[in-house]
Amino acid sequence: MPGLVHVSTTINGNPTDFLCEPRQSLLEVLRDVLGMTGTKEGCNDGNCGACTVMFDGRIVTSCLVLGVEAQGKEITTIEGVASPEGLHPVQQAFLENAALQCGICTPGFIVATKALLDREPDADEGRIRHWLAGNLCRCTGYDKIVRAVLDAEEKMKA
Amino acid sequence: MASNIVLSEVEYNVVGKRHLRPDGVDKVTGRAQYGADVQLTGLLQGKVLRSPHAHARIKSIDTSAAEAYPGVHAVVTAADLSFASLSREQLGGDYQRVKFASNHVLASEKALFKGHPIAAVAAESQHVAEEAVKLIKVEYEVLPPAMTVRQAMEPNASLLHEDLFTSELGELSDKPSNVASHMAFETGDLEQGVQQADVVLEREFETASVHQGYIEPHNSTAFWNTDGQLNIWCSTQGPFVVRTSVADILRHPVSRVKVTPMEIGGGFGGKITAYLEPIAALLSRKSGRPVKVLMSRTEVFEASGPAPGTWMKVKLGVTNEGKITAADIFLAFEAGAFPGSPVMQGAACALACYDVPNARINGYDVVVNKPKTAAYRAPGSPQAAFAVESVIDEICEQMGMDPVEFRLRNASREGVRRVEGPVFRRIGLVECLEAVRNHDHYKAPLEGPNRGRGVAAGFWFNRGFQSAVNISVNPDGTVNLIEGSVDIGGSRASIAQQAAETLGIAYEDVKPTVVDTDSIGYTMVTGGSRTTFATGWAAIEAAEDVKTQMVERAARIWDTPIEDVQYIDGVLSHKSDPELRMTFRELARQLLGTGGGITGASNVDPSGEGNGFGVHIVDVEVDPDTGKTTILRYTAVQDAGKAIHPSYVEGQMQGGVVQGIGWALNEEYFFNDQGQMMNSSFLDYRMPTALDLPMIDTVIVEVANPGHPYGVRGVGEVPIVPPLAAIGSAISHAVGQRIDRLPANPGAVLEAMS
Repeated sequence: MPGLVHVSTTINGNPTDFLCEPRQSLLEVLRDVLGMTGTKEGCNDGNCGACTVMFDGRIVTSCLVLGVEAQGKEITTIEGVASPEGLHPVQQAFLENAALQCGICTPGFIVATKALLDREPDADEGRIRHWLAGNLCRCTGYDKIVRAVLDAEEKMKA
Repeated sequence: MASNIVLSEVEYNVVGKRHLRPDGVDKVTGRAQYGADVQLTGLLQGKVLRSPHAHARIKSIDTSAAEAYPGVHAVVTAADLSFASLSREQLGGDYQRVKFASNHVLASEKALFKGHPIAAVAAESQHVAEEAVKLIKVEYEVLPPAMTVRQAMEPNASLLHEDLFTSELGELSDKPSNVASHMAFETGDLEQGVQQADVVLEREFETASVHQGYIEPHNSTAFWNTDGQLNIWCSTQGPFVVRTSVADILRHPVSRVKVTPMEIGGGFGGKITAYLEPIAALLSRKSGRPVKVLMSRTEVFEASGPAPGTWMKVKLGVTNEGKITAADIFLAFEAGAFPGSPVMQGAACALACYDVPNARINGYDVVVNKPKTAAYRAPGSPQAAFAVESVIDEICEQMGMDPVEFRLRNASREGVRRVEGPVFRRIGLVECLEAVRNHDHYKAPLEGPNRGRGVAAGFWFNRGFQSAVNISVNPDGTVNLIEGSVDIGGSRASIAQQAAETLGIAYEDVKPTVVDTDSIGYTMVTGGSRTTFATGWAAIEAAEDVKTQMVERAARIWDTPIEDVQYIDGVLSHKSDPELRMTFRELARQLLGTGGGITGASNVDPSGEGNGFGVHIVDVEVDPDTGKTTILRYTAVQDAGKAIHPSYVEGQMQGGVVQGIGWALNEEYFFNDQGQMMNSSFLDYRMPTALDLPMIDTVIVEVANPGHPYGVRGVGEVPIVPPLAAIGSAISHAVGQRIDRLPANPGAVLEAMS
């Protein structure tokens, strides 16, 4: 068994230390080492977006990042999107617009959507569809997801 | 014109409103617990070794190196299945069924598809389990595969099962064959119908295997306790079906198997079969520890699903007035490695949209060296509709007739007898066709080169089957609703709404929970478009039971005969004494002091399912240089009976349409000549992304189902039926060549154009 590596990182604003094998992905570390199962695995090869997290200000599929690469980085997962006061407007918009059915892709979509709206609060439908093309949803046909993102833009301005 | 229209005829207080789903906050915050999220003390991780060959005899399996590997706790093969120690005499008439079910879980004599499970390991971690399965030595004698129905039906085809004999119209043939069964439906006089026709057109079609494509891979965690109690946590549409399957395959009492359905990340019919559960159970029994087994995405493609690839022929006879007089249909569906394609459903759906006086439908269920097919949204119907609707479209084109007008002249309506026997009750196909004809999309001209419009209709039976619901009254006037139906797309909301409506209380006062198989009565799968209908019915009956008991309690408190108490809109009152009046909430508060709590219960198996129809319009543009098709506009019209929660009905319609778009344009299992799937990732198996699509407009038509208190029909399946044909016809009109095989990917369209 390979030796474990000590990693110091920041997850959802909290300084976090963990031990992982060098071969473990960030997704495995989040789910299996840290018990943060909100980030989902759909393909484990970077093609579905269910494991999307923020990594030093960029969105990444955490299945394609090694756990050891988190050293000294800032990571935001779905668990860090809502606040104690309540849901983030993106989450509220997904809920109100019925933008989820089974919900397995939802954490990835919400993290990706928040990343978009944080930098482009007026993204139009075409831009939203382009940005979210890396996140697969098999239930909704994306219609209500795109409408939820447009609604979230309004909510964030209010 | 609005994007999402609801043509409602009856309004209710709670039913028909767009409430927030009860599980919504957990799902947008990542707190919802799916199968892969299960954590138990001492949990081991499992990994399955799978056949690299599509067809091979297994000569030997040596697991010794894997067993000796550090961190490994158990290794199992088919030798560990109960079937290995049961004789043909012990199983009697069950022999072949149990053999096929057992061999599907773990191969014994032969591997029948690439990905067929051969052995499995439980180890301290996923990585150790992966390393250990590589140490298992399997000696194969590779055999030639039969990959398509055409290959498998050849007289000298490679045989998958030496002991499979064709069920030929109910009689067993005497020679082993890959054709598991031949069934037929017939009505009227086909020859006479052909003679009455002015136009007769016959065409041949093929469609590829496609996968359901749920984003959550299969998963199962099992713990087999030393007292024989087997607990399973998994992602399934049918916990009771998993319980039955596991008990059957492991020859274990059904009462000693408890299945807890975790949140499910999509299914579409593909999460009914117990693939991993028996393996996880065996690994747990052997190791004495709980074991979690997950599929990778490649394993999901190679060893679960798919929907069958098909070979179909359709001949239609039509008069100059546009009336169908004859239909002769041949359907051959791939079953995969074991018998059981949905060819019978395909045959029953093929002509269901039309009143056809003379028809013959032959269906063949054919085993091939692909994963055993699983249900996929309206199983069998999309393929059959692709063939039939494409021929209708071509006839309309030849005759210069409007495709909606043609369909209205032939449309099924109340009283029409289907080819397989049943007579339609009140149905809404005509209303859907009229809604299409009146829709802005249909009236808008489609201009520009390389563009085409397609229209197609589709049918699904919708199902009833068994459901159970318990409703307990809380002291604060709310109720807890316990159900056995897994919530795959918002059904907690639609079931709670029906209970609230019946009780006359607020939607927010009903708290629904989906529970395990020990905690509620038998409930069939979430599938077949049955849940909102049948489990909704169970919720209504349980609510009625609560009402009856509330009336009894009020009568006792008021010391008056039960007949004097009435229950209207959540208020109990005395029929003649206006002083005696209590709201549901006021009585709820008094229950514990006046005889104890109240729980209403119901077990139902309703027979009044209302058949579902949809009609779709699509505009496409084809790039003449690349053959790539772009969906410009899409409108789906469907009779929901009553949309309990219109947003989730629209969601079913939009999701089904987009799966149909993928099926029509891109998705297919691509095999090399050894029968190995070459595109088992989401990169190469190309499902639609947000960027590939426009908004999907919807019209919900509400022709109430007389067989349900609120008129519910069920909505999940119908939306995937019309897209294949509608898109195929639209491309045909855009490029001037008929599309007769799917997927119509860029290469196929370029080929059709050349």
